[in-house]
Amino acid sequence: MEETDVQTGKALYSRPKCLLDVPTHYCAGCGHGTVHRLIAEIIDELGIRDQTIGVAPVGCAVVAYDYIDIDWTEAAHGRPPAVATGLKRVRPDRIVFTYQGDGDLASIGMAETIHAANRGENITVVFINNAVYGMTQGQMAPTTLIGQITSTTPRGRSPENDGNPIKVCELLSPLERVRLLARVTLTSPSRVREAKRMLKKAFTYQIEGIGFSLVEVLSPCPTYWRMKPVECAAFIEETMVKTFPLGVIKDAGAELSAGREAGE
Amino acid sequence: MLSGNEAAAEGAIRAGCRFYAGYPITPQNELIAYMADQLPLRGGVFVQAESELAAISMIHGASAAGVRCMTSSGSPGISLKQEGISYLAGSELPAVIVNVARGGPGLGNIEASQGDYFQTTRGGGHGDYRCLSLAPSSAQEMADFTYLAFDLADKYRNPVVILGDALVGQMMEPVSFDHLVTPHQLPEKPWALTGAGGRERNIIRSLYLAKGRLEEHNVKLQQKYAGLARAEVRCEQVGCEDADILLVAYGTCARIASEVVARPPDNVGGRIGLLRPITLWPFPYAELRAAAENVRGILTVEMSAGQLVEDVRLAVEGRRPVHLLSRMGGGIPSAGEIAGKLASIFG
Repeated sequence: MEETDVQTGKALYSRPKCLLDVPTHYCAGCGHGTVHRLIAEIIDELGIRDQTIGVAPVGCAVVAYDYIDIDWTEAAHGRPPAVATGLKRVRPDRIVFTYQGDGDLASIGMAETIHAANRGENITVVFINNAVYGMTQGQMAPTTLIGQITSTTPRGRSPENDGNPIKVCELLSPLERVRLLARVTLTSPSRVREAKRMLKKAFTYQIEGIGFSLVEVLSPCPTYWRMKPVECAAFIEETMVKTFPLGVIKDAGAELSAGREAGE
Repeated sequence: MLSGNEAAAEGAIRAGCRFYAGYPITPQNELIAYMADQLPLRGGVFVQAESELAAISMIHGASAAGVRCMTSSGSPGISLKQEGISYLAGSELPAVIVNVARGGPGLGNIEASQGDYFQTTRGGGHGDYRCLSLAPSSAQEMADFTYLAFDLADKYRNPVVILGDALVGQMMEPVSFDHLVTPHQLPEKPWALTGAGGRERNIIRSLYLAKGRLEEHNVKLQQKYAGLARAEVRCEQVGCEDADILLVAYGTCARIASEVVARPPDNVGGRIGLLRPITLWPFPYAELRAAAENVRGILTVEMSAGQLVEDVRLAVEGRRPVHLLSRMGGGIPSAGEIAGKLASIFG
């Protein structure tokens, strides 16, 4: 998987060193593979492979350790931020990140998410929001859109019965020790570049000791959205972003970073 | 003078515990307060978790990183921790969990109870696993057993449960720590997550999806438990060699029963011995079978509805009559009550 510039012979595109050369189990058009690659690129670029510990969720990405070549632990469903807290507190010089889906992070693990954020744990949270439970055959997630059909909302999600989709970044934003909250997506090359920029910032903030970062990725699930991948991209751009607007929701790290450099 | 709860905390710190996460619940609050006060002063980290689920998962993280760590709670909180304990067992992560047990089911009350015996000795959470468990009967033993638990947890890469109760946890007694010396060097943990620099990467997991792999893992765990069961049985026997009647009790009940052995009632025909399981799992089946060889019968004394007595019956396999004195919901059998029961059966 390497492409070179015809004129210069320079590598334009190659497999990140810490992305294992194996086929993934993800469905065609799923966003996990792209985000895995971005994380692998960032780990390579920051030179932190030997310090990084990942915490895998329960959900489609439970075997993320099969794809990214670093130390990993599993966690019980929803508990990655608590597991990451234990890891980071006893190994503060290591880079600890969690990789979680919407059910894991915003439903069963909401308490762990809010409290790790509120304590300002110096960890990076990668939050894959595809608005559905993918691993268990497409049930309603806390982020399922109003009217969206899932196996447990066969007539569409209704606010009266099911509540409204939870906007995790907006919910965490008022917590004082939360440093970076950003929502990105993967619908085009420029969107992927922006996703990488935010993820890299989140890892960089941890390295700098700035504190808790969460990057939410609006990610396609062609299988349980029952759409083709290109339709998924259009759905995200035209519909999903209305509930989950893209962009930086909070970035308190820039000031802290600048303050430190100025010796404040 | 220290409470058993504080003694357990000090024993843990002396054993090299450097991470503690817990959530408030009576009757273990002295333990969490002691850790909050002392651990940061002695090179460790204390976190008050948002829940028992989070606390046990923080232990999962700290243990995965190779650090000696502990959590504690009382019965309802221990129920919540079962999720994480199952994951620790499945992932072969060492940890120490102190249960200062109280009455149940449900919210129960905050008095001493042994109603968590099944939960402690049969696994507690989902799946085929066992936790080594130690049952202290004094503040001193809260310290000693907690200290010992860290070595056992590391040796077997398995969670170890200290099953105390509200009495053992809250009673103030003199406690000596002179013999609990902090080890200079802790066991190597090449499996720990430290960042995969200069070695193969490590993965802590309990998920095995490939056909047959989980069964292999289960077999390996069971082999470990079998070895542990052979090597780590602990019990105390008082006057069992020539006993005609055998008392079986652990923890608080063993302490009360030992008074009956020391001052046997006149109206009971025969000498009374006491076998006190110190490890509840592995249970001293062989020791009890041997001690019961020549007795007329056995009286099991427990602050639960008839949980310990099942292991007693398993040990003697119907060869001797097994009787039960059971109190529940904070009821504590007195020495007089035990003597009366003995007289009614064996008098």
